[in-house]
Amino acid sequence: MQTAHPPIWPDVLGRFAWHDLPFVRAWQNPTINELIGAGAGALVIVGAVVTIALLTRYRLWGRLWSDWLTSLDHKKIGIMYVVIALVMLSRAVVEAVLMRMQQATAVGDPGFLSSDHFAQLFSTHGSIMVFFMAMPFLTGVINYVVPLQIGARDMAFPWANAIALSLTGGGAALMMTSLVVGQFSTGGWSGYPPYTGLAFSPDVGPDYWIWAVTMGSIGSTLGGINIACTIFKLRAPGMTYMRMPMFCWTSLCTSILMIFAMPPLTVATALLALDRYLGFHFFTNDLGGNMMNYANLFWLFGHPEVYILILPAFGIYSEVVSTFSSKELYGYASLVWATMAIAVLSFTVWVHHFFTMGQSANINAVFGIATMTIGVPTGVKIYDWIWTMFRGEVRFSVPMLYALAFMVTFVIGGFTGIILAIPPLDYVFHNTLFLVAHFHNMLIPGLLYGLLAGYTYWFPKAFGFRLNERWGRIAFTCWVAGFYLAFMPLYVLGASGMARRTNEIFEPDFRPWLYVACVGALVVLGALVSLIVQLVVSIRERDETRVFAGDPWDGRSLEWSTASPPPEYNFAVIPRIDARDAFYDGKRDDGYYRRDARYDDISVPKNSVTAIAIGAAATAASFGLVWHMWWLAVAAGLGIVAVIILRSFVRGAHRVIPSAEVTRIEHRWHDALAAATPIPRHCELTASNQGLAEIPA
Amino acid sequence: MSEPVLRHAGVNLGGTQDHPRANAESGIFGFWVFLMSDAVIFALLFALYGTVVAATAGGPRPADVFELGSALAETLLLLTSSLTIGLAVLAMKYDGTRRPVLAWMGVTLALGVAFLALELHDFATMFAQGAYPTRSGFLSAFFALVPLHGLHVLAGSVWMLVMAAQILAYGFDARVRINVLRLSLFWHFLDVIWIAILSVVYLQGHLP
Repeated sequence: MQTAHPPIWPDVLGRFAWHDLPFVRAWQNPTINELIGAGAGALVIVGAVVTIALLTRYRLWGRLWSDWLTSLDHKKIGIMYVVIALVMLSRAVVEAVLMRMQQATAVGDPGFLSSDHFAQLFSTHGSIMVFFMAMPFLTGVINYVVPLQIGARDMAFPWANAIALSLTGGGAALMMTSLVVGQFSTGGWSGYPPYTGLAFSPDVGPDYWIWAVTMGSIGSTLGGINIACTIFKLRAPGMTYMRMPMFCWTSLCTSILMIFAMPPLTVATALLALDRYLGFHFFTNDLGGNMMNYANLFWLFGHPEVYILILPAFGIYSEVVSTFSSKELYGYASLVWATMAIAVLSFTVWVHHFFTMGQSANINAVFGIATMTIGVPTGVKIYDWIWTMFRGEVRFSVPMLYALAFMVTFVIGGFTGIILAIPPLDYVFHNTLFLVAHFHNMLIPGLLYGLLAGYTYWFPKAFGFRLNERWGRIAFTCWVAGFYLAFMPLYVLGASGMARRTNEIFEPDFRPWLYVACVGALVVLGALVSLIVQLVVSIRERDETRVFAGDPWDGRSLEWSTASPPPEYNFAVIPRIDARDAFYDGKRDDGYYRRDARYDDISVPKNSVTAIAIGAAATAASFGLVWHMWWLAVAAGLGIVAVIILRSFVRGAHRVIPSAEVTRIEHRWHDALAAATPIPRHCELTASNQGLAEIPA
Repeated sequence: MSEPVLRHAGVNLGGTQDHPRANAESGIFGFWVFLMSDAVIFALLFALYGTVVAATAGGPRPADVFELGSALAETLLLLTSSLTIGLAVLAMKYDGTRRPVLAWMGVTLALGVAFLALELHDFATMFAQGAYPTRSGFLSAFFALVPLHGLHVLAGSVWMLVMAAQILAYGFDARVRINVLRLSLFWHFLDVIWIAILSVVYLQGHLP
């Protein structure tokens, strides 16, 4: 494709040719396929222009820069991660709908998308959902919540935290750029060579994939180191490991998995880049290359990644189920051990991703049994959550609904996982839609529902007002109904032998199932729209749902013991912990809230331009590498080194919030606490909820 | 309640007055964790090397291109530099003046640069013998693993210069102390990796 169109200015623009613009392609060849590509590119540009115009119109550039982009506050970084995740979620859901529509219309017919375009769609859908939706979403929630839950004022390394964010954001930006300039990889989210090698994919697609994923992966490694150190070193006095909230435990295990599992991905993408850029022979078909090394490296990351994605959601469910049942988490110790067991076992199962790729039956048997073993600790967790609800004061709020839908749906997915873990059966089901149905059945309830539950649960903490309950329920209904409609047919299709990633279908019997799945995808799109409507409605009616006092759900852990939103320094006085659920018990025993006449000075990290500068330079370097603009790659690379060195010379990177300011902030909050009406649990979804829980006698 | 005494693996400096001790502790601990994640990268490259060492595709084999004499010299240079960076840290703890610390860091830097020069010479010799990375899977793996270690040494050398400048500019304030400790950990880590390279790559290459 590229070869037929000469580059216009190779010295400066590398291999860019006019034909790389989707608008030019659509002009020359106005098929629906090309028009969709041009429309997507135009949407990115229009979205960017509208954003810039709005920011200028409402004079928000200054606030965006100084309050958000340069901030090192873990709470703001967490929120920005979630914003990235929601934007990317919207794109990837739309892509999913397009794929479902294509398959529904392409039975014995080419459909409206070319095979190349279809392949780009499933590649971007997967890459975005894993690296730029799930990862930033969970990292954002962990970032926001964990320091508050352990009684810390920030993460262990606020600057590295901002760098990790800017690298993730840069990777996401690169994904968006691929819509406007050039095209994306057609090699799937796992990017298997030799197909993605130079011999078979000489275009820019795999390079976009390599550098976007590499930025995300380095960002996640940094994030993992930061989260682990924060939990190991910054817990409040008295908070022993076994007194940590469950979400901190699952975050700790996730971060340990990130530290050990992201490097294999970095190695895999880096070696693929060496193959593509310098002609090395790691994964080529000739001169001693061996693609099995790629498969092993990729899944050495890829399987732990599954648990990186799912464990934080397990933590969120633990918090949600316990809070909305007004009961202590059942089997806390068993949940901790189950989480650790899952984290360790996750490194022992990677071969089950390629049972059919030639290792001996005995090796397959070992990995198949190890895979089934993971079902045991996961089962323990399900029982623990059920027993937590038993005889509790269960309220069916939106987060709780997600938790319930998760428990049922995830167990179904687990059963189909056991089927796939049996190597002889996997030989039948591998590479079919059965597999696609299975992993969506794990990740949608096991990740997306969990993070949406966490989003709804902690939103009032972060912004000081609750999300609209009605639209939350509509979104929930659509997510769940949409999931079942979209993916249950895929089990049937997969078991009937329909291969995954097929853009044209020749079996007319598949048609009804594909129609149902397409309807399901549209319902999921409705769920996404409902989420957006919910946000808009909630912002409009925020004055009726404010919970400044900070504890709308009669919470158990420390994050609920602060104002909503919490002050920049989180805790004016670092709490001392003497039990699990210290805040919940404290409220009941002695009235937890204590007003001091005066508070001490507090030191917080100053804003820094350097983190976002590093992210921007890394994005520019990646873009230069994709397009072979060597000057840009070298200049931006040197820029990163220069910024890091200059930053190491900075002294006085902290700012002191004076005692008077802290005292003023704290007294304002305590005044609001004193004025608030405590509400009983059955009123928590009404306007009377100001964030102060009634303590039953 | 008295604060618990905080310690970390490495030389405990104490007396970092202008910096909360807990920060020093998590700063060093975090760097250890980073090194472990870097170690995973090297471990994978070693494993990869092991799987393709025989994939020479009719090109040069390990024994044809590895010079043990040169590898021995590189080992001695790097091991000695690990000693001298250790002496720099001890000087920072017990002496606390700039001159001995800078002197030992200078010696370390010189040894590091000599190591890099010798390594580049090795690579040039291999290239001259037709042993370049695009020749075979074995050479690809070699040129991913060994030069990556070399790049780490280069990064450490640049870092050494930066730290020297900061010692001159700020003396031994808390950040300089923590970063010199981190640098020394990094340098020792590179030594450990090199021992593995010597054993797995060079010595194994000459096994009959």
